[in-house]
Amino acid sequence: MVENKIEVESRGLNLWYGDMQALKDITITMPENKVTAIIGPSGCGKSTFIRCINRMNDLIKDCRVTGELLFEGRNVYDKSVDAVLLRKKIGMVFQKPNPFPMSIYDNIAYGPRLHGTRNKEELDRIVEDALKSSALWHEIHDKLDRSALDLSGGQQQRLCIARTLAVKPKVILFDEPCSALDPISTAKIEDLIGNLKRDYTIVIVTHNMQQAARVSDYTAFFLLGELVEFGKTKQIFEMPEKKSTEDYITGRFG
Amino acid sequence: MTQKLGERIIEAFLFVSAATAVTVVAMITIFLVREGLPVIVKVGVANFGLGMKWNPIAMTGEPSYGIFPMIVASFYVAIGSLVLAVPLGLACAVFLAEIAPAGVRSIIKHAVELLVGIPSVILGFVGLVLLVPFIRDHFGGWGFSILACSIILAIMALPRIISVSDDAIRAVPKDYKEASFALGATHWYTIRKVIVPSARSGIVAAVILAMATSIGETMAVLMVAGNVSMLPSPIYDILDPVRPMTANIALEMNYATGDHAQALFATGVVLFIVVAVLDAISHKALKSKMGVER
Repeated sequence: MVENKIEVESRGLNLWYGDMQALKDITITMPENKVTAIIGPSGCGKSTFIRCINRMNDLIKDCRVTGELLFEGRNVYDKSVDAVLLRKKIGMVFQKPNPFPMSIYDNIAYGPRLHGTRNKEELDRIVEDALKSSALWHEIHDKLDRSALDLSGGQQQRLCIARTLAVKPKVILFDEPCSALDPISTAKIEDLIGNLKRDYTIVIVTHNMQQAARVSDYTAFFLLGELVEFGKTKQIFEMPEKKSTEDYITGRFG
Repeated sequence: MTQKLGERIIEAFLFVSAATAVTVVAMITIFLVREGLPVIVKVGVANFGLGMKWNPIAMTGEPSYGIFPMIVASFYVAIGSLVLAVPLGLACAVFLAEIAPAGVRSIIKHAVELLVGIPSVILGFVGLVLLVPFIRDHFGGWGFSILACSIILAIMALPRIISVSDDAIRAVPKDYKEASFALGATHWYTIRKVIVPSARSGIVAAVILAMATSIGETMAVLMVAGNVSMLPSPIYDILDPVRPMTANIALEMNYATGDHAQALFATGVVLFIVVAVLDAISHKALKSKMGVER
């Protein structure tokens, strides 16, 4: 089924918030340089799942994980894995655009500075590259010292993507990146995701099925914390094996 | 109809209550200026505000009403208190807001609230019997000093700085923290580079407000300042005694008459202006977003 090398893989992953089990025995493979979409109704655990990949769930109290989540051949929940270093390699773009209250330049330079880049010319180059890769450069190259909060929502979200790219991750997680955006901004982000997969492995959570169909190569359908079906996007949308997948995709529930 | 009348009466009552506060402030201002202004005019603004000598009951010659050393003293002890209280208070606020588990947080919060409740005369008394002799024995000088004032005022300023900064830090959107973590930042780096800078305006407001309160504090300061109306000599000697403006009024009011009493009111006018200006700056700091969306 999968031709590319597997970049991220979950094997029998379970997650509990206190006593409530939010993920049940999830097994999925996410191939390199492909877009894997996670779809499902609200509360099905899709965001929880991608937050496992870069261990953002560590910030939540009483959150417990069992099973394996493999990245670069290692279980990211292994004691020897440093979550901070992991997050450098696995970037994340959030549902609500969340630029820092600083200048556009400082937003993008935040990651590189954090990881030790001090040289001004090198920072300039990284910022320019990141903005070009996120298709923002021609719009804002002359106002890099302006506050990032003055940008429109769509621009802010692309800035957040640029900020993630500046750290040079291998995987980028998108957690419903367009749900707060208008259709034109959404189209721009989707184009961007299509371009980014040449260099990055992408996992995107979305509740917009057309979006999943448009941008992804593989799709996983979650329901009530369980993985119902996983396969090539074309197959999931055209010939789903499970009845509930078909019902969801055709809009009969969710 | 009666219902409408009832509404009107309640509204009128609420308006009168609100107006009372404004009226009281206005009346105090008018009273202060009326009592204090004549003597300022009489001796001259420069002689009063910049005069070095305070000698209201002159045995021979003209009395002099120079309060410059007291203005300096008020700022000196207030800034001294901030130097001590701001780093400590900010560190405590960061710990409370970002690091402390719920149980520890609630214990510290209660302790801080308790600190607010200690009457200033008690703090002054503790300063008098413990701090002053300690400074005298270990650092030299008379003990009654700028340093003693600053330490006592710092203890009084701490709770305010802590609670306002804590609120400001907790008001920083969670999104910023998540974004920083997702880029591979540690918690400490996130606190330093994102959380505290985002809370900056609230923290600045807290600090300025604390300064206004320190300048206005009387009893505790009076008990440990030494109350000598002279500039410290040399000017940076924090072991020298001083007399802040508030102490001047409190010390002499009960026997002052005529120009002397008016000069004390005039001291009050200066104090009032200083505190009002600081208050205004603090409000402005809180309002200015400084790039932070709230």
